[in-house]
Amino acid sequence: MHDIAAHAVQHHAPPTSFIRKHVFSLDHKVIGKQYYALALVAAICGMFLSWLMRIHLGWNNTAIPGLQLLSKTGAPGGVMTPEYYLQLMTMHGTIMVFFVLTTAPFAAFGNFFLPIQVGAEDMPFPRFNMMSFWVTFVAFLVLMSSFIFGDGPTLGGWTQYAPLNAVGSVGGPGQGLGVILWMVSIALFCIGQLLGSLNFITTTLDLRAKGMSLMRLPMTAWAWFITSCMGLTAFSVLMPACILVILDHVAGTSFFVSSNEVINDQLQPHSGGSTLLWQHLFWFFGHPEVYIAIVPGIGIVSHILITSMRKQMLSQRVLIYCMGALAVLSYMVYGHHMFVSGMNPYSALAFSFPTLIITIPATIVVLIWTFSLYGSRLRITSASLFALGFISMFVSGGVSGFFLAQPSIDIMLHGTYFVVGHFHMVMAVAAMFGIFAGTYFWFPKMAGRMMNETLGKIHFWLSFVGAYCIFMPFHYLGMAGNVRRYATFVDDYLQPLIPVHRWITVAALITGAAQLIFIYNLIHSRFWGKPAPDNPWEATSLEWSTATPPPWDNFGGKHPVVYHDPYQYGVQSSVGDYVMQTSPEQVKTDHDEK
Amino acid sequence: MAKFFSVTIIVIAILSAIPILRHTWVAPEDISTHGHLIDEQMSETMAEAGIAFLAAQFVLAVFIWQFSNRAPDAKIKRFPGGATGLVIAAFLVVGIEVLALGVFGVKAWADQYLTPPSANAMPIQVQAGQFAFYFRYPGPDGTFGPTHPELINESQQNFFGLDLDHDPDSKDDIVTAEMAIPVNKEIHLLMHSKDVGHSFFVRELRVQQDFVPGLDVSLHFTATKIGKYEIVCTQLCGLGHYNMKAYLEVMSQSDYDDWLKKEAALQ
Repeated sequence: MHDIAAHAVQHHAPPTSFIRKHVFSLDHKVIGKQYYALALVAAICGMFLSWLMRIHLGWNNTAIPGLQLLSKTGAPGGVMTPEYYLQLMTMHGTIMVFFVLTTAPFAAFGNFFLPIQVGAEDMPFPRFNMMSFWVTFVAFLVLMSSFIFGDGPTLGGWTQYAPLNAVGSVGGPGQGLGVILWMVSIALFCIGQLLGSLNFITTTLDLRAKGMSLMRLPMTAWAWFITSCMGLTAFSVLMPACILVILDHVAGTSFFVSSNEVINDQLQPHSGGSTLLWQHLFWFFGHPEVYIAIVPGIGIVSHILITSMRKQMLSQRVLIYCMGALAVLSYMVYGHHMFVSGMNPYSALAFSFPTLIITIPATIVVLIWTFSLYGSRLRITSASLFALGFISMFVSGGVSGFFLAQPSIDIMLHGTYFVVGHFHMVMAVAAMFGIFAGTYFWFPKMAGRMMNETLGKIHFWLSFVGAYCIFMPFHYLGMAGNVRRYATFVDDYLQPLIPVHRWITVAALITGAAQLIFIYNLIHSRFWGKPAPDNPWEATSLEWSTATPPPWDNFGGKHPVVYHDPYQYGVQSSVGDYVMQTSPEQVKTDHDEK
Repeated sequence: MAKFFSVTIIVIAILSAIPILRHTWVAPEDISTHGHLIDEQMSETMAEAGIAFLAAQFVLAVFIWQFSNRAPDAKIKRFPGGATGLVIAAFLVVGIEVLALGVFGVKAWADQYLTPPSANAMPIQVQAGQFAFYFRYPGPDGTFGPTHPELINESQQNFFGLDLDHDPDSKDDIVTAEMAIPVNKEIHLLMHSKDVGHSFFVRELRVQQDFVPGLDVSLHFTATKIGKYEIVCTQLCGLGHYNMKAYLEVMSQSDYDDWLKKEAALQ
């Protein structure tokens, strides 16, 4: 394997043309930036959609100026129809889960930094790597095209439950062409991620520099490696499932539609399919996907915290084992999304216990992060603030998992805003904080310039407080029985909850506007930021031992040799309180001294 | 900056806990025989999750306060006991806590899902379709007539696809758009979807169950308090999902008998 992968490395010459340098580039760093740019555009789209949804939920019949330009039928006079709300909601979830939370922390940062952190010149299969981005890019275009073609995007939610996803346009607006475009897009996305995962795994296993044993890999490299193992198995299940749905639409098959279904008084031309089959296939992907989004964040937060604390974690090895345990258990818990789905009720117990047990590695991760802060020299930067904010969010979102892991409590909370609050905090906000932390930390290396720290801290404060103002009330709404995915609240018992929705809407608009500070900081710093030194954070891993920005072959023709564990902080060395992995200098640690 | 962050974390944690402690937004009063088990499980979980939430945020805040922006020559220290103590604590405290929650929670789940309805439970069929619930009572013969999907015709109000001309068992079946049940009588709800996925959720009854097209599922429960309650759909079923609702009326036995007679006369 090692020989094959090593042989397969394309020792491509430095690109000369604009197209080969910036568009169809084989350079993992350019591909990483392309993924980041895609995620940024997708995040802006997703956030814009969430604004529209929140305004609608707060003030139902208010016309949103210009919304009719997006869809005349979906928003006549700027007032959103219930079906258009569902269509926008579906697109928000899909864009955010796939094209932001998977793309940015894993594909973007992983592509840019994994080869450098392991000491490689590039990934073993650069053409696959280039293909993985462009397939993902096409997937995004296909998804967004559903705004233009047919009767708009699918309204079935990001989970696309069967048989609503397979009965065709009779199921509602967007359920014909909209669903097909969704399925094509996600199948393409899966191909992109499979190609990416293959590259990540082989890079980690086969292209490590001399001296870079597995336990000398930084936490981020471990996180990306574990995530790519999950990606390889999870996306390879979702892709064929999407293809089967497409066949139900265009080839007359009935994989997900059962017999005797009647819609609009018409008996549907399907028979023999299983609607629960889709849920099993989807959640076999869907729950690991939660960890695909969050494990890179765990790696990024660990990496940044260690650098900021100027000391090692209490145990890097335990953190790695915990990430591995989260990955393995994520496949054994997926049925907790289906407690009241109609599957065998004994299965609920079988899925409940692993879900509860997954709390243990998650708790250990939080304990190690928190208690590693003890006795540190914590430096407060925008990056470390977001890393610490990640911990707070991860805890807040994690404890609500206690409730949803239990089938008896799920009877009351399933399908409510409690679930929305839970997954937004633990998967969306925490993962976004990981992305922000990574951006503030690595931007100097990626762009060669520093980001503005003051703006970064303002961005943090507004995002941190804002996220709590938005997502904590979601839990309260869920406990009161507020059902999610309602375009309008017509039920009597929901009327007293509408002021809470208005509070959330105002908080979402302010917090969303705060993200414009980040975008301004990103763009302004890219062109006019202070030039970055090679190692602005006095960090130890390999990405900080090369030039800023790194040359096309990462180390300027040199082959790095690794002498140390990844995080030699709190030591006495010739450069300060740290020693880089590539430094042959012998070090004396001072944190073990009495 | 770091100290302000610590204070912010603690303030947010306390503010988050206040609505829970004050029961500002909670489920309505339980009106079922099994619901107290779910409520007790919810309370125990809330207590344990709440303590974990507050403790984790508090310790995080204290350590950030204490160990940020220290002098460059400040002594680096390691938490006494290292990772081993924390791992053992996680396994013992959290492991036992969550397993206990799981084990005790089985009772609440089993009471509703792993226990069959009693033999004298009253059967009612509920059919979900975009975007309404319809209910069927078996009539005096106590038997539901067979359904024929091809005969479903909403404009003719044949919601279940009954063949009244040929199926004698269907003739006395009573179909309604509202669900009425007698108080303190066990109900065996037979659930069927005619089109896509739906769900049956009554907060006061502490029941929620999806309808699965192609699969008949059932629920059983006993309501203990007379009143009118909302039945809502929690499974995204299409453009009118938000408006898919019906009412459940829990009545005294005599009121129920009168209601059933009145509905039978309207068939």
